[in-house]
Amino acid sequence: MSYHAPYPQPTGEPAIIDNAFVEQVRRDMLAFAQLQLRDAALAEDAVQDALTAALTGGQDFAGRSALKTWVFGILRHKIVDLIRQQSRTTPISAFGDDEDSMDQAFDRLFKENAHWQPAHRPAAWGDPEASLRDKHFWAVFDACLTHLPKNTARVFMMREFLELDTGEVCTAAGISTSNCHVILHRARSALRGCLEKSWFLAGERPC
Amino acid sequence: MLSCKDATRRMSEAEDRELALSERLELGMHLAMCRGCRNYQQHLHVLREACRGYRDELTGDEPRAEADSGER
Repeated sequence: MSYHAPYPQPTGEPAIIDNAFVEQVRRDMLAFAQLQLRDAALAEDAVQDALTAALTGGQDFAGRSALKTWVFGILRHKIVDLIRQQSRTTPISAFGDDEDSMDQAFDRLFKENAHWQPAHRPAAWGDPEASLRDKHFWAVFDACLTHLPKNTARVFMMREFLELDTGEVCTAAGISTSNCHVILHRARSALRGCLEKSWFLAGERPC
Repeated sequence: MLSCKDATRRMSEAEDRELALSERLELGMHLAMCRGCRNYQQHLHVLREACRGYRDELTGDEPRAEADSGER
């Protein structure tokens, strides 16, 4: 197995950027890329490219956080490039089996007149700020994100994690603006429902 | 008058594009009368915050805590 160290070995002075640090950054990058791309091999490529570019570029980093910011900046570009390339050959579709079942689940929240079913009317979420500080919440959130189907996830994550504006997201995904809105709405509804069921109301409903 | 279903879609679009004045008014009127949709709106805001928080956790963005000791 030939494994090239993608970064120069630190020499001389005590390295703030040592192997352990790079390994940890690499893990974070992989998690980040995998969430967006939903393809382990693509995610691995994106991370490897970004790390190589960042660490062989001869930049001088003021410290760990500067390095991390820098490599994630590169990674974002790589991710969008990969999505753009793929959507050229295989356009992202707004409609498929997974999407159908998400839409059906959403439709079931409403009565025939398109107002809320009383049992599904959204209730206030108590103290969301406290949830955002709870590490168990993040595990649930990660599971909810992971549960999104691939195309929906890619569009949603470009918008919310990479913070591209809607126009850029639609262009990268190769879809119309209105399909973009449909997908984003669907993703938000699904995530909202997932968080409600798995976190905010979990175990709270008295019988 | 917007249905709740339309209102959820419009709230989502409001996160992605600037709504026209008439769209905002229509949504505002609906929200004034509909607690379920006001809660939905709260949930969308929590969701966005959660996305930012989760992303920052992974990327290590610490908006203010980047004190580079020594400089200046």
